[in-house]
Amino acid sequence: MDQFYINLLFVGGSFALYIAIAIWAKAGSTSDFYVAGGGIHPVTNGMAIGADWMSAASFISMAGLIAAGGYANSTFLMGWTGGYVLLAMLLAPYLRKFGKFTVPEFIGDRFYSRNARFVAVACLLAASITYVIGQMAGAGVAFSRFLEVDATTGLIIAAIVVFIYAVLGGMKGITYTQVAQYCVLIIAYTIPAVFISLQLTGNPIPPLGLFSTHVESGVPLLEKLDEVITALGFRDYTADVDNKLNMVLFTLSLMIGTAGLPHVIIRFFTVPKVADARWSAGWALVFIALLYLTAPAVASMARLNLMTTIYPDGPEAQAIEYEERPQWIREWEVTGLIQFEDKNNDGRIQHYNDTEEFEPTAEARGWEGNEFNYNNDILVLANPEIANLPGWVIGLIAAGGLAAALSTAAGLLLAISSAVSHDLIKGAINPNISDKGELLAARISMGVAIALATYLGANPPGFAAQVVALAFGIAAASLFPALMMGIFSKRVNNKGAIAGMLAGLISTLVYIFIFLGWFFIPGTNNLANTPDNWLLGISPLSFGAVGAMINFAVAFIVSNATEEPPVEIQELVESVRYPRGAGKATGH
Amino acid sequence: MSDIPSNAVEYWKANLRLIVGSMAIWAFVSYGCAILFRPFLSGIPIGGTDLGFWFAQQGSILTFIGLIFFYAWRMNTLDKKFGLDEE
Repeated sequence: MDQFYINLLFVGGSFALYIAIAIWAKAGSTSDFYVAGGGIHPVTNGMAIGADWMSAASFISMAGLIAAGGYANSTFLMGWTGGYVLLAMLLAPYLRKFGKFTVPEFIGDRFYSRNARFVAVACLLAASITYVIGQMAGAGVAFSRFLEVDATTGLIIAAIVVFIYAVLGGMKGITYTQVAQYCVLIIAYTIPAVFISLQLTGNPIPPLGLFSTHVESGVPLLEKLDEVITALGFRDYTADVDNKLNMVLFTLSLMIGTAGLPHVIIRFFTVPKVADARWSAGWALVFIALLYLTAPAVASMARLNLMTTIYPDGPEAQAIEYEERPQWIREWEVTGLIQFEDKNNDGRIQHYNDTEEFEPTAEARGWEGNEFNYNNDILVLANPEIANLPGWVIGLIAAGGLAAALSTAAGLLLAISSAVSHDLIKGAINPNISDKGELLAARISMGVAIALATYLGANPPGFAAQVVALAFGIAAASLFPALMMGIFSKRVNNKGAIAGMLAGLISTLVYIFIFLGWFFIPGTNNLANTPDNWLLGISPLSFGAVGAMINFAVAFIVSNATEEPPVEIQELVESVRYPRGAGKATGH
Repeated sequence: MSDIPSNAVEYWKANLRLIVGSMAIWAFVSYGCAILFRPFLSGIPIGGTDLGFWFAQQGSILTFIGLIFFYAWRMNTLDKKFGLDEE
């Protein structure tokens, strides 16, 4: 069967499943719509959190990032998992005990201030909308590569599917589709990894294969990889990094950002009990770790495979002739993700690191520049083809990539629509709205959010690459500290919380804009984005952790200079600290 | 609102102690073993590289999972011990 039809079968089949789930899990009340009725089992919720959390970035891009950066990019692995420890111990159980529908609602009640709630809504919208653009764009790209439709058409198909299950089912529909999407994406990710690990190391478990012996050469896999890439002028894969401060702060920013992202936090409101919120965090990390422990193995194995494809007789011997390149290189060349230019006209593909130190070696071998460039994403997308796996595995990767993008998009859209309908419409504009009226408002805001996300996904505002940094920066510097102080301090008051959130948010935004351009408009940056210019060597992507510290400091100073919170607020803080008396999440 | 159980303060202190201990391990494996102390652990070989690399790509994640389940289990015990669990 033609590959196109196999892909169509897998993608179409998975979409039909999501829609069937949506029809089965229709939301009947605001409780269904916002928190899936509050009766989700912790293991089910853990799986849904896994899909909610693991986006196109985790599924498609992360292994490629690690393959390119080696040890230095382990920050993504630790940063995007360590946040769950913070969630489990510092936020989730207490916010579940508080028992309301949205994150801004907690901030508004705890800091007895409508303005605090609005600041939180603004942070939530900024973080979630920037994040959802990337997911929609990712879904469009996956469509265009695997189903040969143009990206905009693909995007619209994806938007319609999300619309059906998210608008109809709300959190209830999203929860069960996320469970299905988790299964699709984890199978799609691990099957090619198992085969590649078997081929290279004889070990069927990729995380073990990573530290096993490379069968062909008899030396450990990572040693072999280091040997091959350093012979071509690339940096040692396992090399240590010099700027430890930046590595620590980047990891910390990702962890705090993860814990502060509203679309992840609201998933903890769907379980029946406080204890379940704790268990959910553990199960979520188990399900996430299945992918996150596989990713570094995929990274190193795919990179080694790529190198041996180009240099079949080792890096010291001649590179492969262009005319003899394998089929997958031909196919991915069409998409522009692989590019070849025969600079020295010898008909062979020389791939090496064009640096000054390597120039003498390159010259001696008659090379006139690196001739082969590839986008990091192909290491996952082309993984089955590189390992010569059958066509159905490619179809699975297509369905998996879309599952990852759509499940995260749906979670984000729910966070956005609940902030609009619950925090803005019910919280401020029309507090007397009926449950039915609010449900309709939630559905309409979801529809508007999908339309906006689709539009922005089709016309990305030119800063798509930086948006993830922005989302994590905002969540880390504004929302996480406010939530944590709301639980762990009785002294922080309304003025302190608002001043802290604004200080953290503004300092982080300014630091990002100075290096990446104001509002990401190219050419408006005040300083070049190079390590020499960074304050103490801290990159703009790592600044979220510093912004969080500024937030904490400002909040404490301002609170201590002003009056104590009222007695009933201090009692509220007491009451979220123990589970007794928790009911299901409500909006009242 | 004002019916705060009398042992809630003790319970909270026990929770804080548990959190501080867990967070110390959380920071030790990720920021410590995987990043800052990697040069000191470079003498311990593991599958073609060193222990610090293992912590950065696997060890931290496995420790995080263990920590969360340990915390959840301990807290559930504390909830019952202090009589503050949900019925």
